Amino acid sequence: MTAAQGLRVVQAPPQLLVQDLGRYGWAHLGVPPSGALDPASLALANRLVGNPEGAAGLEILRGGCVFAAQGSVRIALTGAQLPVRVDGRPRAWGAAISVGAGQRIEIGVASAGLRAWVAVAGGIEAPVVLGSRSTDTLTGLGPPAVRAGDLLACAGSPPPPGDGDATPPRQATGPVVVRVRMGPRADEITPDALRRFLAEEFVATESSNRVGVRLRGASGGLERRSTDELASEGIVTGAVQVPSGGEPLIFLADHPVTGGYPVIAVVDRGDLSRCAQLRPGDHVRFTETRGQVPTPPAAPAP
Amino acid sequence: MRALYRRVGAEALLVEVADTATAQATYRVVRRLVADAAVTIDPPRDLVPAARTVLLDGVDIDGWRKVLDAHAGAIEAERASSSPSTGRDVILPIRYDGGDLPFVASTWGCTPDDVVRLHAGARYRVAFCGFAPGFAYCTSDLDVPPTPRRTEPRTSVPAGSVALAGEYCGIYPRAMPGGWQIVGTTPVAMFDVTQAQPALLQPGDRVRFDPIGHRIP
Repeated sequence: MTAAQGLRVVQAPPQLLVQDLGRYGWAHLGVPPSGALDPASLALANRLVGNPEGAAGLEILRGGCVFAAQGSVRIALTGAQLPVRVDGRPRAWGAAISVGAGQRIEIGVASAGLRAWVAVAGGIEAPVVLGSRSTDTLTGLGPPAVRAGDLLACAGSPPPPGDGDATPPRQATGPVVVRVRMGPRADEITPDALRRFLAEEFVATESSNRVGVRLRGASGGLERRSTDELASEGIVTGAVQVPSGGEPLIFLADHPVTGGYPVIAVVDRGDLSRCAQLRPGDHVRFTETRGQVPTPPAAPAP
Repeated sequence: MRALYRRVGAEALLVEVADTATAQATYRVVRRLVADAAVTIDPPRDLVPAARTVLLDGVDIDGWRKVLDAHAGAIEAERASSSPSTGRDVILPIRYDGGDLPFVASTWGCTPDDVVRLHAGARYRVAFCGFAPGFAYCTSDLDVPPTPRRTEPRTSVPAGSVALAGEYCGIYPRAMPGGWQIVGTTPVAMFDVTQAQPALLQPGDRVRFDPIGHRIP
């Protein structure tokens, strides 16, 4: 490993963060899990370059970034299908790309989806905080957001290349369908609100971020049965909470560990990938699942 | 009341109990079962106590329901025990210089000096953490009316502020916006990620305040 190996950030997108698979086991101290919003996509990018699945990579919001390779590096891009060029020549999304020393990597803007992940062979160096290199936007734990001028060094020697994961592109048309299991507090909203939750389309709003996707209903908020305050209780990633205004929100990786509004449903882990890609204005529909939905850890969605 | 089990998605279990003391006891018993390797089932990836619930995240839901049912007696005994099985004793130095002492006094129907005397004399227990890393919600043996939050939250509460809201006493681990009523300040760091145990106060810990620079009336 040479000290200079890595990526120099020439131009940063609206949000560029170091993320791995998150910091678990500290929720009882008030520490959110954080980590890549679509763990499967980061794990896939890591496998493509030969890294362990949990190596730290980059999470790109919307796209539009330029890197200069320091030394020769191998990278892979997954998640939203952003166009990528090396010294002006188009290169493959969803595959390992070899980049020579000094070459310029340009990652364009997504035509669909919202977030992409870049793995670098060897992983990205950043201080480990409570077991993770992830930036937690809610609490400020982990490294600061990446800015133009930063050098992202490789954490270790580049491993031999991975051996050919297939990278299925997403062909989303129409509203995004998200599978949920109802509960633990579905009984806190009215039967009519419950029916509307599963029947109507919701629209992702501009105030969505890594903490959660905020939604607006077609016919107003979801009404509570009573206005009684609910004691704060633990929250999981994917929890669909109904705050006082009745507009549901889907909690993502930087969610607070507890919340005082009812959680009426929980998104299946396999569908969190879709939630991470919701743009403001995208339509979402919830569908109830009861049976065992296979949720393989960090496997690419079929 | 028996514990009420609520499924949270495919891999989390919310255990709802009658009160904060039972939630604390449930949390401590699960911690102990895992620490002592007394159960063969995989431990929760995260275990989150709260006011009247404990969340077991990343678990075999049905398996853990059986474990909790099998240990209902142990949880009841833990709740009733005067020497709970886990938790450390922590003494926090405090300066009673909080700007909200007069408000708390009016809520409690006493003088600010009485608030200091009562607050410093009480025994506290960390019920749960949340709000921010290392922010501990402490319950106490004080018999006083609940303290309302400020109607206008402060845009920045200094780190180390000891503050009250509802039935809880909490310490702000870092500067942040907040609406709790501030009674004092502690110079001790509440959250330090370089430590093996980053939070000074953890669920189950017993806490007392030791006044500095203040004569207890």
